[in-house]
Amino acid sequence: MRNRPLAKPDESLADLRIEWRQNVLRLLPTGEWNVGQSSRLDQLLHGVRPENVREAEIDGRGITELDSAGAWLLLREKRELESSGVRVRGFVLPDRYGALLQKMEGEKVIALRHASRPRGFVPFLESLGRGTMHALGQGYGMLGFLGRVTVEATEALLAPRRELPLPAFVRQIEETGLTALPIVGLLAFLVGVVLAYQGADQLHRFGAEIFTVDLLGVGFLRELGGLITAIIVAGRSGSAFTAHIGTMRVNEEIDAMETMGLNIAEVLVLPRVLGLVIALPLLTFYADMVGLIGGLVMCYFDLHITVPVFMRELQQAITYKTLLVGLIKAPVFAFLIGLVGCFEGLRVERNAESVGRLTTRSVVESIFLIITFDAAFSILFSIIGI
Amino acid sequence: MTSGGNGKDDVAIRVRGLVNAFNGKVIHDHLDLDVMRGEVLGVVGGSGTGKSVLLRSIIGLNRPVSGSVEVLGVETAGIDAEDLKGLQVRWGVLFQGGALFSSQTVAENIQVPLRRYTHMSQELMDEIAAMKLSLVGLPQDAAQKYPSELSGGMVKRAGLARALALDPELLFLDEPTSGLDPISANQFDELVRSLQESLGLTVFMVTHDIDSLRAITDRIAVLVNKKTKVGTIPTLLHDPDPWIHEYFSGARGRAALAVA
Repeated sequence: MRNRPLAKPDESLADLRIEWRQNVLRLLPTGEWNVGQSSRLDQLLHGVRPENVREAEIDGRGITELDSAGAWLLLREKRELESSGVRVRGFVLPDRYGALLQKMEGEKVIALRHASRPRGFVPFLESLGRGTMHALGQGYGMLGFLGRVTVEATEALLAPRRELPLPAFVRQIEETGLTALPIVGLLAFLVGVVLAYQGADQLHRFGAEIFTVDLLGVGFLRELGGLITAIIVAGRSGSAFTAHIGTMRVNEEIDAMETMGLNIAEVLVLPRVLGLVIALPLLTFYADMVGLIGGLVMCYFDLHITVPVFMRELQQAITYKTLLVGLIKAPVFAFLIGLVGCFEGLRVERNAESVGRLTTRSVVESIFLIITFDAAFSILFSIIGI
Repeated sequence: MTSGGNGKDDVAIRVRGLVNAFNGKVIHDHLDLDVMRGEVLGVVGGSGTGKSVLLRSIIGLNRPVSGSVEVLGVETAGIDAEDLKGLQVRWGVLFQGGALFSSQTVAENIQVPLRRYTHMSQELMDEIAAMKLSLVGLPQDAAQKYPSELSGGMVKRAGLARALALDPELLFLDEPTSGLDPISANQFDELVRSLQESLGLTVFMVTHDIDSLRAITDRIAVLVNKKTKVGTIPTLLHDPDPWIHEYFSGARGRAALAVA
């Protein structure tokens, strides 16, 4: 038993003397053979070369302290000597370590083998294939989940035979919408400022500063407002969905719900997805307005465009269609965020690490899907000529 | 080995006048407790009597309102981080749920304290991890498994292997047999006893399991009325306190003790 904190390896604390006497190898361990000294003792023992020796002796009477790490080292040495054909004729340790030694000798220890990671072109191909299959499987699973949620949502909306969990639904709107107002507002305002500033800088060269307002109006309402809001909400609420549902999975709450006959899609997924579908368009409209105000402030200070002039120019630049084109994308983004967030949450396994991993994945996937769908919308709108 | 002799050296944990309170609710009211070196002390008590709080106060996870806790001769109240580190290598803790790090394999879990406090080569750490696994009776192939792939009993054993990684003098067990079937629980008790004897451990065990108490404890501390009553099963059987009486003489208690 050790009576002090661990000491650093030191030869004055623990040592190994090696003696040869007429073809007999004598190992004389002394001092504290414990876990703190073990790294050095391990090296000392590796230095023992039983060449031209028939017999060996391990005399540990000089040991003042021995723990299981030290005992392991001595037993390992004994075993190695024996396996290289040396007869170990003596193995002496102070009596008080008899119980420890007996316990340790009774155990069979096989050294761990670390699987070395394969390298080269074939393993690369293999991991590429695995990755592809995984991505395809992920897409397939998501499609199945989309189907389930769609069916549940339609049933719940068309035939509200079961009560839709209204309080949960309202709380989701509050949590994903209302509480996001400050951060969405701040970021939209700043992006408005930046856009106006950069636009003014470029357009100034052509003497067309006034078109900064057009740039702001069209750019913000059609694209930026919706995109920024969706990305913030994906990071804020999508991750929360995954983490919350995932933690419920870890705590077996989901299993408990299923055994009670509760429908997971209805109880957990629908309130979240529908809440977000309501909240995100509202948030987007709010972000549009705040962004325009940011641009307006910048235009006033940088370009000295007064508010009435700004308003007149804005009126000419945009129509209600511009706003609608931006807003119509918001429910789609909301649906994607909610769907991915809940889908990944339900895939959490029963360990804490998986919650973190899938939360990250949920955010990355939602943002990826948001931008992909935004691009698809742009193509669609250009084809139908909006 | 302890030199023995003077009384102070034989006490591994000395708790004096411990007061713990949460939100105005007093859990421990000037509680005293001594744990002797080389003994297995069982701590029992009803729900909410602060068994785990006592354990957490001793290992420094909970700061008591007042009182002193001396572990291996070191006062832990107001201890600085460096001194606490010196103590932490001298005790091992098995938490109730095992508390294995879920992102690491069992072998890596056992090697966490080794990596932190020693300068061993990876090879030696692997050997030590394998040796600890064998000591706690886990098969060698458990080393490369993740905690989520283990059964409840294996998680407890792996947690014990990690707690023993640095060959501590003190071992804290928080409900080691909870959630185990009776056979696994018995085996775990035997394991703790045999390790305690061969490694010369002092064991502080919070438990509900009256079979464990009977099987492996030297003394039992019962938490009643915000204080402890310490004794052995025969002496506690005659204790006038109604809770203690109910605990040892109730149907479960009688059944467990009848086997003895």
